[in-house]
Amino acid sequence: MPPRIYTVSQIQAHVRHILEEQGSVWVEGEISGHRRYPSGHHYFTLKDEGAQLSAVLWRSTAQRLRFELEEGLLVRARGTLTVYEVRGNYQMVVDGVEPVGQGPLQVRFEQMRRRLEEEGLFDPAHKVPLPPYPLRIALITSPAGAAVRDLITVARRRWPAVELVVVPVKVQGEGAAGEIAEAIRLADARGFDVLIVGRGGGSLEDLWAFNEEVVARAIFAAETPIVSAVGHEVDFTISDFVADLRAPTPSAAAEAVVPDRAAVRGWLDERKVRLSRALRAKVDDLAARLREIEASRAFRDPLDPVRRREQILDVVAGRLTRAFGDRLTRRRADLDRHAGRLDALSPLRVLARGYSVTQLLGRPLLRAADARPGDRLTTTLADGEISSTVTMVGHGEEAGL
Amino acid sequence: MAKKQGFEAHLEALEKIVGELEAGDLPLDDSLARYKQGVTHLKSCYDLLRDAESAVKKLVRGADGELTEEPFESEGT
Repeated sequence: MPPRIYTVSQIQAHVRHILEEQGSVWVEGEISGHRRYPSGHHYFTLKDEGAQLSAVLWRSTAQRLRFELEEGLLVRARGTLTVYEVRGNYQMVVDGVEPVGQGPLQVRFEQMRRRLEEEGLFDPAHKVPLPPYPLRIALITSPAGAAVRDLITVARRRWPAVELVVVPVKVQGEGAAGEIAEAIRLADARGFDVLIVGRGGGSLEDLWAFNEEVVARAIFAAETPIVSAVGHEVDFTISDFVADLRAPTPSAAAEAVVPDRAAVRGWLDERKVRLSRALRAKVDDLAARLREIEASRAFRDPLDPVRRREQILDVVAGRLTRAFGDRLTRRRADLDRHAGRLDALSPLRVLARGYSVTQLLGRPLLRAADARPGDRLTTTLADGEISSTVTMVGHGEEAGL
Repeated sequence: MAKKQGFEAHLEALEKIVGELEAGDLPLDDSLARYKQGVTHLKSCYDLLRDAESAVKKLVRGADGELTEEPFESEGT
């Protein structure tokens, strides 16, 4: 019997038929050589230590994936085996992929976290400090449920005057991420002091909207400081990383954002006391200085300096008086002495002792030679005068002197 | 925002005045003037603390697309 001869197309169709008859199969392997084409289709190889299998994942399937395919990721792929006749090779058309060892959302979360971190969305340099006294706060959350009630209760207990505006959004399910992102943009433009974005606890799926890139980007773009408060303490979301502050729960967010009025009042009371005490201290200090001045000698006996000066004056005056008096006395004594001498020398006293003065022509006649016979002389004695005429003039011995 | 800045500004001014008065270097006239300013700031702060409880509102988009703030009642669980 002659062998049956197939055309290439026939044999490939035959092989394809055999492969496709296997139906849906699950294959576990590591993703290698992953390429995503502009068409949206993904091409990769699943491999283990000893073998590899080409795989293709159409765009429609890729859109349903909850994580991204990436090099080295260990996955379980579900699909059908088929032949790509043009190239003559066979491949697996994948219609579902699950990561091995962790949930797809965990993988997606890690992938997103890594990507956005590399892009700098979590950089502390982009974080804005919260205002210390915000009085207008937007709560971007579900209008129902415990989270919004907790936020409102805690915020108003701390500071009743704080203005709270709920921006109602869907926090889980289809479209939630888009609503949250849009609400962040709206609230950011309305002049709030702080935005709180969050929800109460739930499963990873329930919290998923807060891991979506649109939410992360809206938070990053907002000018207003944003606090992320999603789920419980153990739950971390991408929005927590991008936000300016992560609060472990919604009520913790209210505590972190709204100042405690009692604490502020305490602070004010303390300043009030210190203000009064400082002024009192100032006044007391001045009063003490005033008392010190009053107690000083100058104030106690203000005339003292005057009296001291008067005393000095008295001393000086005394000395002056004495000095002057001495001189006066001395002068008087001098005068008395001179007067005595004058008296002793008085011609009258001489005359009284028997001497006389003879004058010729009104002048004392001192030498005999000055007189000539016939001259008229006047002789003064103690008790009167005698007029006489010169009869003879003798000399020296002749006169017997 | 202006309200918040006002409150913060009052607190900061108050703290500064307390510090200056406590340093004790100011003449009596200035001390008295600073004290009066301090009391004014204190009063403004206490007034803001005493503000009445404000109502919770919610942001809603009207039929015309305009955003308005309406009273908020918790929708329960």
